Amino acid sequence: MEAVVKGLRERFKEGKTRPYEWRVSQLEGIMRLIKEREEEIMEALWSDLSKPQMESYLHEISLSKAACGLALKQLKNWMKPEKVASQIATFSSTAQIIPEPFGVVLVISTWNYPFSLSIDPVIGAVAAGNCVMLKPSEIAPATSAFFAKYLPKYLDDSCIIVVQGGVKETTALLEQKWDKIFYTGNGKIGRIVMSAAAKNLTPVSLELGGKSPVVVDSDVNLKIAVKRIVVGKWGCNNGQACVAPDYITTTKSFAPKLVDALKDTLETFYGKDPLESADLSRIVNLNHFKRLTDLLDDQNVSDKIVFGGKRDEKRLKIAPTLLLDVSLDSLIMKDEIFGPLLPIITVEKLEDSFELIDSMPKPLAAYLFTNNKKLEDHFVKNISTGGILINDVALHLANLNLPFGGVGESGMGAYHGKFSFEAFTHKKSVLSRGFATEMRIRARYPPYTPNKQWILRKVIDGSYVALLLGLLGLHRD
Amino acid sequence: MAITNQEEREEERDEEMVALGLESVVSEARDTFEKGKTKGFEWRRDQLRALLRLLEEKEDEMFQVLNQDLGKHRVEAFRDEVGVLIKSVDHAVQGLKKWMTPESVVVPLVAFPSSAAIVSEPLGLVLVFSSWNFPIGLSLEPMIGAIAAGNAIVLKPSDLAPATSQFLHDNIPKYLDKEAIKVVQGGAQVAEKLLNLKWDKIFFTGSPKVGRIVMTAAAQHLTPVTLELGGKCPAIFDSFKGSRDKNVAVQRVFGGKWGPCAGQACIGIDYLLVEETYAQTLIESLKGVLKKFYTKPEYMARIINAQHFERINNFFQEKSVSSSIVHGGSVDPDKLFIEPTILLNPPLDSEIMTEEIFGPLLPIITVKKIEESIEFIKARPKPLVIYAFTHNETLKQRLTKETSSGSLIFNDAIVQYALDTIPFGGVGQSGFGGYHGKFSYYNFSHKKPVLRRSFLTEFSIRYPEWNEKKLQLLRHMYRFEYFGFVMCFLGLKTIGKWKITTG
Repeated sequence: MEAVVKGLRERFKEGKTRPYEWRVSQLEGIMRLIKEREEEIMEALWSDLSKPQMESYLHEISLSKAACGLALKQLKNWMKPEKVASQIATFSSTAQIIPEPFGVVLVISTWNYPFSLSIDPVIGAVAAGNCVMLKPSEIAPATSAFFAKYLPKYLDDSCIIVVQGGVKETTALLEQKWDKIFYTGNGKIGRIVMSAAAKNLTPVSLELGGKSPVVVDSDVNLKIAVKRIVVGKWGCNNGQACVAPDYITTTKSFAPKLVDALKDTLETFYGKDPLESADLSRIVNLNHFKRLTDLLDDQNVSDKIVFGGKRDEKRLKIAPTLLLDVSLDSLIMKDEIFGPLLPIITVEKLEDSFELIDSMPKPLAAYLFTNNKKLEDHFVKNISTGGILINDVALHLANLNLPFGGVGESGMGAYHGKFSFEAFTHKKSVLSRGFATEMRIRARYPPYTPNKQWILRKVIDGSYVALLLGLLGLHRD
Repeated sequence: MAITNQEEREEERDEEMVALGLESVVSEARDTFEKGKTKGFEWRRDQLRALLRLLEEKEDEMFQVLNQDLGKHRVEAFRDEVGVLIKSVDHAVQGLKKWMTPESVVVPLVAFPSSAAIVSEPLGLVLVFSSWNFPIGLSLEPMIGAIAAGNAIVLKPSDLAPATSQFLHDNIPKYLDKEAIKVVQGGAQVAEKLLNLKWDKIFFTGSPKVGRIVMTAAAQHLTPVTLELGGKCPAIFDSFKGSRDKNVAVQRVFGGKWGPCAGQACIGIDYLLVEETYAQTLIESLKGVLKKFYTKPEYMARIINAQHFERINNFFQEKSVSSSIVHGGSVDPDKLFIEPTILLNPPLDSEIMTEEIFGPLLPIITVKKIEESIEFIKARPKPLVIYAFTHNETLKQRLTKETSSGSLIFNDAIVQYALDTIPFGGVGQSGFGGYHGKFSYYNFSHKKPVLRRSFLTEFSIRYPEWNEKKLQLLRHMYRFEYFGFVMCFLGLKTIGKWKITTG
């Protein structure tokens, strides 16, 4: 492992990854990879997750293409130094902020969107001019193997390397020195990654998860709201998505209507026997299957199921399941569900849910369905979360102009679009001073006199007059 | 080793702190934040204004404690700390409304119609560790950002500058909201206890060694950190043709080495790189400037304490280092004074050339051609700043492209600290996270994207059941091809072939 990292470091030192042309060639390589290998990617996703091909296209292929396309289009702009104003205190000077790559970066991705969550950070890292090591998740082995096979064919494999493996390989990777680590996954491993990074003072981006709440008001167009909730939950890898709605809150009085609407929509989309529907991903592996069925079989929870609950261990399938008013102490309300179970918590007043959300760790996303502007503003102002979506679910990550990332337990750092470039970039300040305007009075230097102190005070404060006097040496005691 | 009086006092104070219930102090600040007190524009602006009043009204006291802790002359204290803070607070008060305004963002077709914005929100309760060399500046500068961003704050000033720490402890509550902004005094023990608590952000200024400890502790709570560390900041000194520019440059080198806290500054010039044929000229000029400016001992700060004095003094222990002294070298342990010292080509593997000096010793390393400095710098850890005094545009370009550092400054030193428009921070071993100006505001904020949709338009193609036509429409949408989308929608165009499998 050490030798591999050393090799990357040498390539970076040689300057191979810095020029615009190299970065463009790699981005074009990624674009070609996605276009030419679309079928293989779909197959891998099907093998790993039984992901409906529509989802694979919508969420993985097209978003990655869009990210790559945006980077190609904007790269020149992103690479440009930003000229900024300099101020009196450093008169006369020119100041700029120049983006430069960190160097050799490690991207550790996860299994639920194994293609896009690997390729998106790589797009950012490469656009920013870094050498990259990618470690895809071993829990999605077909996609991992896809990367190992095809990335070297389309990209410069002296600078972009794929390492496959599990805990052992990841631990070995984390022992190396990196200039940046980008991790997508859960909070427990996030802590391990950050601790390992601390040894080398390596900055990290942690894209974690959380319990993304959906607050549903009674004044909404229920039909549309429910469709959006359903597709945002079960249409996103069957709930195995970091921004999928985790639980719903609504008023006691509205809950029955909401539950009925959810049941109707679920049947419309997935039929009477959802275990047979081709439009639902399966659960990724037996481990997670058991985790989810354990949540359901908890004696305090199992009697709260109002819809669904069926499962098929052989095929690793769990039907969309609705639960009503489970205890807030149950595990299903403590841990991120990451599956097709949707608890609905009822409250007296909708505002009470804000308190509930506040009492839990900050989620990656929070959703509110309402037409009440005041409630909306209150929500935006008071709910701290990675991102907020009003009257829809999950879409915000498709907007490449919005930073995507968490806060608190849901992570640190953001990416997508320009933010991906910035996640792998050090913004270096460059200040250039002239010699012509050295103050005759030399106020900066000893011997320190009250005269000099006056000038310094004024110049630091931004006074042109003082500057002039200082320059000319005219101010007297 | 016998416990000194200072250490005894420290221990007492630490226990006192603990007894006073560190946790309750911190949880009060958190409660204040949870209540929402710090989020409003008025509160932030009023706190900043109050800070300004503190800086203006307590100026003499600040000069006093800085002189007591570090032997800083009042002009140096104003130039490097108080004055800069006044400027920063003014800048923050002016920029606050703009910084707090949500940023509108363009929205693509797929989410049409909707509006999107990026809303800044405070991270919550932040912990600021400051350092001893600019104990007021490095405490209050981060605080300005934290306040502007609407956070509650706990500040732990360095115990190595005790008079300043006491000053901050006594005066901050007099001017600022004492329910939201707390000052906790103490040493390593107190720091450790603080690090065990949960914070929403930790801002640390100090050494890489302690930086690692801070970040490791922060990892347990997934707390984001900013580490403002140090390093060996090199200054390349190119050969100048005439004497006018050379003289100005040498003055600025003086200002960059011995001016700020006798060289105990993270952005201070650590060592110089110069062509061997020019070295003597440079040394003579430096000697001249030292003579001209450094006419009284009070014009240079002293070494902070006996421990650091020993550390710096030890650099001389190696014979090959002490024999490379070309100017200065005298020390006074009682006064904690070390004379401005210039060394010529101490061995590159000596401690003075491998450790951050953080003192008034200036090694000069000669190279055959000035361009060799680039390789020299690249072979070493990334510093907080790289300085270069030169007219050579090619050299400047090469430095910009080929080296990496927190900042790169041409033809001056230290002054970048006062500039609000460029981020101030490190990279690699010198840290990460930048601040000053609006960067301070962002440093203590979470940028929260907010997307708003209406119920008016709905695209059924988002939903199952899936079919070929929906896929085609989506292909268009994702390419933001409005025209193609409409054509497809109307059934006038098809694109791509793709099988639906139901395996």
